[in-house]
Amino acid sequence: MSDHTLDHGGAKWRENAGRQENVNEITRRQFLTYTLMGTGGFMVSTLLVPSVRYAVDPLLKKGEEEPYVPVADVSEIGSEPKRFEFTLKVDDAWVKNQQTTYSAWVYKQGSDFVALSPVCKHLGCTVSWNTSPQHPEMFYCPCHGGLYTKDGINVPGTPPRAPLDMYDYKVENGKLYLGPLIQRT
Amino acid sequence: MRKMYDWLDERLDLSPIWRDIADHEVPEHVNPAHHFSAFVYCFGGLTFFTVVIQILSGMFLVMYYTPDIVNAFNSVKYLQTEVAFGYIVRGMHHWGASVVIVMLFLHTLRVFFTGSYKKPREMNWVVGVLLFATILGLGFTGYLLPWDNKAYFATKVGLEIAETVPLVGPYIKTFLAGGDIVGASTLTRFFAIHVFFLPGILLALLAAHFILIRRQGISGPL
Repeated sequence: MSDHTLDHGGAKWRENAGRQENVNEITRRQFLTYTLMGTGGFMVSTLLVPSVRYAVDPLLKKGEEEPYVPVADVSEIGSEPKRFEFTLKVDDAWVKNQQTTYSAWVYKQGSDFVALSPVCKHLGCTVSWNTSPQHPEMFYCPCHGGLYTKDGINVPGTPPRAPLDMYDYKVENGKLYLGPLIQRT
Repeated sequence: MRKMYDWLDERLDLSPIWRDIADHEVPEHVNPAHHFSAFVYCFGGLTFFTVVIQILSGMFLVMYYTPDIVNAFNSVKYLQTEVAFGYIVRGMHHWGASVVIVMLFLHTLRVFFTGSYKKPREMNWVVGVLLFATILGLGFTGYLLPWDNKAYFATKVGLEIAETVPLVGPYIKTFLAGGDIVGASTLTRFFAIHVFFLPGILLALLAAHFILIRRQGISGPL
């Protein structure tokens, strides 16, 4: 095989040349290999570098800051979790200002509010309160039977491995505003 | 690198394959190192090189492009203005499209004026003409895809030209437009033709073109 290969390393060639040569000297073949590889590599990279950067652009895009949106009147909220929907205008690539509906399970705990995201922490299905007859007073995910207690803590032995996310909230003029999600462990 | 190659070569016997592809004689009269004027023999290779750029940049463009009358223009605008290097990737495809046709034309002229189409190479000339038609088809179908005014009216004009073909003209027009107007089904149709049908035909014809040139060798000097 070796007599087919491009680079002989120059060793044999130098022996045959029958004269003393500096070992550091570069052979014509090596020089050509390096210059051709270098030029070729440069040309290929001018093609591939912009293309790859373009392809991975979604990885490097920064997420937008989530605003606080009014979701419900404080007076509507009791101690039983209740589902409230709210819409946000979301820019999805070239589809700008897309009305997107989100929801939260909200209840009152003492003087505080709890607003839980309905997105299951197992694989992202939607949980709901008190819908499984076998598991009353719990958040239940129909996809793989994930369970959470009222405060959103995952029940051990069911698929989810983390508690439901919680919305940050604030109360202004008797309205509950929901903001960014807080992840819990 | 060397070791990795040797490891594979030992098992798969790769060397004969790439030697078959890459190792062939370049006669003196087509080697620009001997006669500078021999650069005219490079145009075929340059056409292929640009086609490769077109295929690569096109593959990246469809990551964002949407062939739909509501979204096509906006998706092109988005990838060009909001995606990093989008204007370069689209620029490669846009300018490359013209370069392919220029190179193709120069290649055809060289083959014509060196008489390289003569026996035994007549069939390769025919394959070349089919390639020419395929590449013009790619240019025509690709022109509609940005779905801007220029694209719309160019396609309208192109379809009306097709309509002037005797007897079958109106059928060709309706078939290409996918209906009575240049609209939603025209765009999806042109997209399918541009991205799947014609590139498939192009690659098959290129394979035939290259196999024939290797079989028959490069034509002799003038």
